[in-house]
Amino acid sequence: MTSTTTAARTPHRPPKRARPRGRWTGWGFLAPFMAVFALVFVAPILYSLHLSVYRDQLVGGTSFVGLDNYRSAFTDPVFWESVSRVSLFLAVQVPIMLFLALLLALALDSGRLYGRDFFRISIFMPYAVPAVVAALMWGFMYGSRFGLVGNANDLLGVTLPDPLSPGLILASIGNIVTWQFVGYNMLILFSALRTVPHNLYEAAEVDGAGQLRVITAIKLPALRGALVIAAIFSVIGSFQLFNEPSILRSLAPNAISTGYTPNLYTYSLAFSGQQQNYAAAVAIIMGLLTMVIAYAVQLFGMRKAA
Amino acid sequence: MRSQPDTRRTPTARLPRAAAAVGALCLALSACGSGDDTAPDIGAEDVAAALEEGGEITVWAWEPTLDRVAEEFEAEHPGVTVNVENVGTGDEQYTALQNALSAGSGLPDVAHIEYFALGQFTIAGNLVDLAPLGASELEGDYTPGPWGAVQGEEGAIHGLPMDSGPIALFYNQDVFDELGVGVPTTWEEYVDAARELQEADPDVYIAADNGEAGNATTGIWQAGGQPFQVEGEEVTIDFSDEGTARYTDTWQQLIDEELLLPVTAWSDEWYQGLADGSIAALVTGAWMGLNLESGVPEGAGSWRVAPPPAWDEGDAASAESGGSALAVPVGAENQALAYAFIEYANSGDGVQARIDQGAFPATVADLESPEFLSAESEYFGGQTVNEVYAESAANVREGWNYLPYQAHANSLFNDTAGQAYVSDTTLAEGLADWQDASVRYGEDQGFTVTTGD
Repeated sequence: MTSTTTAARTPHRPPKRARPRGRWTGWGFLAPFMAVFALVFVAPILYSLHLSVYRDQLVGGTSFVGLDNYRSAFTDPVFWESVSRVSLFLAVQVPIMLFLALLLALALDSGRLYGRDFFRISIFMPYAVPAVVAALMWGFMYGSRFGLVGNANDLLGVTLPDPLSPGLILASIGNIVTWQFVGYNMLILFSALRTVPHNLYEAAEVDGAGQLRVITAIKLPALRGALVIAAIFSVIGSFQLFNEPSILRSLAPNAISTGYTPNLYTYSLAFSGQQQNYAAAVAIIMGLLTMVIAYAVQLFGMRKAA
Repeated sequence: MRSQPDTRRTPTARLPRAAAAVGALCLALSACGSGDDTAPDIGAEDVAAALEEGGEITVWAWEPTLDRVAEEFEAEHPGVTVNVENVGTGDEQYTALQNALSAGSGLPDVAHIEYFALGQFTIAGNLVDLAPLGASELEGDYTPGPWGAVQGEEGAIHGLPMDSGPIALFYNQDVFDELGVGVPTTWEEYVDAARELQEADPDVYIAADNGEAGNATTGIWQAGGQPFQVEGEEVTIDFSDEGTARYTDTWQQLIDEELLLPVTAWSDEWYQGLADGSIAALVTGAWMGLNLESGVPEGAGSWRVAPPPAWDEGDAASAESGGSALAVPVGAENQALAYAFIEYANSGDGVQARIDQGAFPATVADLESPEFLSAESEYFGGQTVNEVYAESAANVREGWNYLPYQAHANSLFNDTAGQAYVSDTTLAEGLADWQDASVRYGEDQGFTVTTGD
């Protein structure tokens, strides 16, 4: 009893004086991070918020307009059209890409593939190509006059549909993005598969489960978390679509409008139209929207996992 | 003026002494990054002093002839370093310039700006008034069109004209001869020739057009349309006049019958088309001659120049396409030396250096000199092309205006009028949409915009 009280009392005393010092020590350790965080995360957001409540006109200069920019954004048909375009992209391209990535990851994991490391690196390789270079490269291939599509037309004497026409351009962009990110997603899924304990497979074998049964009963449940992560990354990626349409625009200016995706729209507003304030408002709305949808995907994934 | 992106750059000599001189000059003249006022804090005498003292300036331009001008300027003025940097053609450069102006740093001392784009910079007070530096004495040295384009209110001069772009018909004589098609002199003949070329060889088109604002405005200008009227902050946009209708009727035929090669100007495909004969002709500014020479060297001897097709037989009315000035952005570090360079390039000895390289100047003395007019162009099979350009320059229709925010309006062209090239929308409907978009932007920017009747 006595020993416990003394033991409890002795360490109890110094903290009285040391506590304030301890509190600051913690902050001290955090300071480098907090400084960088405040500078590169908080400050730009605050600055955007600040920008978004003003209006700068060629005639009349800068004035405070409160929430006017947000109000116009909510009724801006160009903005909502671009949002629905990326939503469509999200709904079609992301499932296709993740499904392909899943197939590839399962194939690699099956252990029945010759040259597994070679396949893994070559499927992953496009991810290492900068997005701008990839878009330029695909742009050349899509060209129906002098590009690969054009060559195929000449060689085979056919007229392939023009990948840069207004009707097909979104699919063409989806193709580039899939090519680029399928390897990345495959790697996320593949590494999740590698963490499955081997004895589960042995148990399945003892129980007489076939490969398909192993996939549905062991591998897919093990992949759920990784799939949710990959889906969230893809949601954010789709909503931030910019490089591909921006590069292809020079080849297909009539198919890709200045407000084709929300990011392209913000860019055009800010840098071509000098409407930085409105662009800031649009960017903030878009950021919130992305957060909401990414969060919804996460909740959905978690619920299923539970 | 537009030309293919040129990546050659004058080597940057980073002389510490030159930098120090710039710094000293800045302190002495307090002209660096000063206020919103477009009037310079320096005068003509400072320009001469700056040349004596030397220094370093940065020029943002895509004009290929300026490299040699810069070299000769440096040779003439020891201690002066001119860095000519190509930061992009047209819109790309304006975006970069706008960004630098908004940021207030990273500004060039001299910027290459097309006449149509000057408005967006002058209305915001972004360009230094060059009149007090000596530019006011140059009135009369330039042809009226370009001089009018650089003039602002109250005698302000926002830049010195570098070139002008009276339009002409550039055509590949070999292709026309080979396919047995006559070179058109009117727009009616032009449409016929377009059909005949396609019939003779489905790979040959009379023009490449994927919807380009500059082409459309020049076409409307030549046809006698006047869609834009500008009185200070009051703007009228009206694409319903007769001249515009004339243009759209003709162009609609070309679009409907698929007589235009849907390739974007200045793209790789475009250059390939010009080189392999699948683009047989183009109607554009006189500066194109220089671009053909440098961008399509294999076309030497094949290409010729003719007056632009007429809207009525015998009517020589012409228009301008492009043409540009050199200007000094407000906040530029070395404004005195910047002006000295501009004067040298666009009024002094630099003009001849540029003419020698094939540029089409805006200076009256050069345009009227027999030597200039009778110069035979090797590229164009020994033709005296300058005569054709000069005649076109004399026949440019008066009364044309660009919007004070034309550069941005042009960026909206493909969203609207460009749809006529890829969908059932007609060109007239497309132009009406372009009008709406331009009106909306103008109103957002505080202009009073009317749409005519």
